[in-house]
Amino acid sequence: MKSLVIQFPGSNRDRDMIAALELISGHKPQVIWHQETTLPPADLIVVPGGFSYGDYLRSGAIAARSAILIEIARHAARGVPVLGVRNGFQILTEAGLLPGTLMRNASLKFVCKNVQLEISNADTLFTGKYSSNQIINCPVAHHDGNYFASPDTLKTIEDNAQVAFRYANDTNPNGSINNIAGVLNKQKNVLGLMPHPENFIEPAHGGTDGRALFESLLEMANP
Amino acid sequence: MIINDPPVTKDLIAEHGLNADEYQKILDLIGREPSYTELGIFSAMWNEHCSYKSSKKWLRTLPTKGKYVILGPGENAGVVDIGDGQAVIFKMESHNHPSYIEPYQGAATGIGGILRDVFTMGARPIAAMNALRFGAPEHKKTRHLVNGVVAGVGGYANCFGVPTVGGEVEFDPRYNGNNLVNAFAAGIADTDKIFLSEAKGVGLPVVYLGAKTGRDGVGGATMASAEFDDDIEEKRPTVQVGDPFTEKRLMEATLELMATGAVVAIQDMGAAGLTCSAVEMGAKGNLGIELDLDNVPVREENMTPYEMMLSESQERMLMVLHPEKEAEARAVFEKWELDFATVGKTTDDLRFRIIWQGTEVANLPIKQLGDEAPEYDRPWVPTKPTKTPEHTESETDIAKVLVQLVGSPNLSSRRWVWEQYDTLIQGNSLQLPGGDAGVVRVDGHPTKALAFSSDVTPHYCEADPFEGGKQAVAECWRNLCATGAKPLACSDNLNFGNPEKPEIMGQLVGAIKGIGAACEALDFPIVSGNVSLYNETNGVGILPTPTIAGVALIPDYKKMARIPFSQTGQEILLVGANANWGSHLPQSQYFKQIHNLHKGPPPPVDLTHEKATGEFVRYIIAENLSANVHDCSDGGLAVALAEMAIAGKMGATIAQPTSNHPAATFFGEDQGRYVVVVSPKDLQQVLDKAAKANVSIQQIGTTKGDTLKLGHARAISVEELTTAHQGWFPRFMAQ
Repeated sequence: MKSLVIQFPGSNRDRDMIAALELISGHKPQVIWHQETTLPPADLIVVPGGFSYGDYLRSGAIAARSAILIEIARHAARGVPVLGVRNGFQILTEAGLLPGTLMRNASLKFVCKNVQLEISNADTLFTGKYSSNQIINCPVAHHDGNYFASPDTLKTIEDNAQVAFRYANDTNPNGSINNIAGVLNKQKNVLGLMPHPENFIEPAHGGTDGRALFESLLEMANP
Repeated sequence: MIINDPPVTKDLIAEHGLNADEYQKILDLIGREPSYTELGIFSAMWNEHCSYKSSKKWLRTLPTKGKYVILGPGENAGVVDIGDGQAVIFKMESHNHPSYIEPYQGAATGIGGILRDVFTMGARPIAAMNALRFGAPEHKKTRHLVNGVVAGVGGYANCFGVPTVGGEVEFDPRYNGNNLVNAFAAGIADTDKIFLSEAKGVGLPVVYLGAKTGRDGVGGATMASAEFDDDIEEKRPTVQVGDPFTEKRLMEATLELMATGAVVAIQDMGAAGLTCSAVEMGAKGNLGIELDLDNVPVREENMTPYEMMLSESQERMLMVLHPEKEAEARAVFEKWELDFATVGKTTDDLRFRIIWQGTEVANLPIKQLGDEAPEYDRPWVPTKPTKTPEHTESETDIAKVLVQLVGSPNLSSRRWVWEQYDTLIQGNSLQLPGGDAGVVRVDGHPTKALAFSSDVTPHYCEADPFEGGKQAVAECWRNLCATGAKPLACSDNLNFGNPEKPEIMGQLVGAIKGIGAACEALDFPIVSGNVSLYNETNGVGILPTPTIAGVALIPDYKKMARIPFSQTGQEILLVGANANWGSHLPQSQYFKQIHNLHKGPPPPVDLTHEKATGEFVRYIIAENLSANVHDCSDGGLAVALAEMAIAGKMGATIAQPTSNHPAATFFGEDQGRYVVVVSPKDLQQVLDKAAKANVSIQQIGTTKGDTLKLGHARAISVEELTTAHQGWFPRFMAQ
């Protein structure tokens, strides 16, 4: 699986993502600096977590206006899987590649802890190795993870099964509407995810429930 | 003399924190009246914060060498060998004064400063801790300060991208007017790629990198070297403003630049900014430095040389570069969108010269500003011991007291705090806050990990600075051993009141002597540190607080111990205790909280016993004989057992020695003890090994069920303990 990791000056979970992709796929992903204007062919594009431009304005708002996003959008439209985790999720919503928006956590505080997630749609490029309604453990670490969408949008994404992950068993850490933790675009090849599966793939992490997400993508790339 | 510069008057000199003798020394040194800029420079370099003038004499007595020490105190951080050609680089530093004036920014820039110290030496930061001390929970400012400091720590560390894996939070009315923020960071570098501040070579470019210079933080180091009074609000402009996004870029650019071989010397701009960094680089390298301020990147108009030299704007670096690599270096910094400006050069005349608009505004002897700054042998008196309070133990409801203690401000869970810190970033965190020590894997190594712990018991230090100093080191060492890690070295962050008072100076001297004795005995040298004095408000000083932050190596993290009870039917041992299990109650949480008794000596630390016990516990863990270990500290055996039960969601049944009062048994704070859980099949082997090592062991009970039963006391459900333990902090903050 050839994967690309997009690097903004304030990305900081890029290293975690690179390590996870290498461990699971056996191949080092190619790192793409945000000022690049073209992307090489790839099986997966990842926008990792962090604070792309410090997030002093709305998280991801500045990164969403960088040139590389136009190129990411072009690849996404052609069906290339795009995964945005935490700040990546924020950037993809700001860029209009995903519906809804991410507001400040309801607690108004940064939160880092383990939560439980329910697989709401196991029939996607990203979740094929999970089973439907399966409950998994996964850590979160964010300040602006409170997912919100207007009633119309919400109805559309729910009707179209665009919710991939939901916080389960009262572990919603941020006040997200409908407990939404991960959402897909209409074509279901772009996923935005607030939790960090890349930090939950080895026994040393305290659990490996995050692996199946990467393994699902791997299987799609190398059927 | 620049037009508009104020004349140097008595008042102006005093405002700069310089006394009459020090001013006379300046006159003698330069043979004329200093300019305003020069006065500012002297004030910045000779204040307590930068010069260590009250503590230097005593700091020299600390053991700083050891088998693993590559570089001790004197640089930005200490450097310790961890094998395989790698070193851990670490330091703890205070940001107390600014954090009280402006908690969010004060704490944030404290984290920024310590991270910069670590990556300035070529190390990528891999772990952070912070030891926080606040006033009484009921004091009107406490909640505001806790909120601001915790958010500031998280705001900076989370954005920068370093996991916060440990620390302390303590409340005491003696911190009502001065809270403490002691920030620790550690990084890893190759031992042959460590960068120092000592400039080498004449005529080489001095380059300014990072963020632009503004007026924030002007006079910050001088402010941090004075007591507070009622006019504290006026000092807000002396607090710097942090930008972790710029710091993150500065780190990436600095590490990238170092890899090109362009860097001769490097020093971050921390306290006293441009002044301190330039003087240090020159003085250490026996070179002069000439700076042309017209080239300094500024973000405000019409800045005077005085302001530029004293600004403490954050996220800035000064380097001496190989001239032929300057273009390459510039490209790296432009990629990261940071300023890069050649602002001066090294010279051979040992002068510190500042040029501004073509005029020389300062010309001072660099050595006397730096490593030959004044030094004091301040008078001190030893701390008088207090008598053990009269107290007759009657019937004590052990269960009730335990629930009360685990739910008290100082012993309750700190989850509310550390859930606001990113503890997981970098993907190497093995043990998070809440255990004995934070543990982080060494990235790229299949088995190695590093453990970190920060400790001090300020009430012990006040009762007996020498024993308290010993205890701070011993507890840190013990916490590290409890994970199975071999302690390598530590950093000391000495927070005290006004050293011009002989009693306070006596506390400092006593604590340093105690720290020295313990570091020597435990082979745990001090490799870095910081001194924060004048932590006083309206004449009332803080508790003496010498925080010790230690680093230890775990050769194979698969053989590592954690605190939770994990399996039912296991034997619980109390290692290092005599047949009474516990005895020392003066200065204990039990005496203080339950009986309101505050006098008497702290528990003494027998360093020979400490060492033997710790080594034995490490051995047991390395032999795979125990995976659940916890040290006994504040609150004694009962609190240690409760923490293991809460963390493991599993109970235990504990006996009690007939000969001893149960309060002493369960709440005594005797030192050098560990709770160690072993499988029944390994019990005899462990006892035999202990006998051989001459380490005392008591078999005290077994893990089972969902209640904790201590001796004859009522069995307490683990759920009740958990509710009490987890409840206090969120309830307090929600008020």
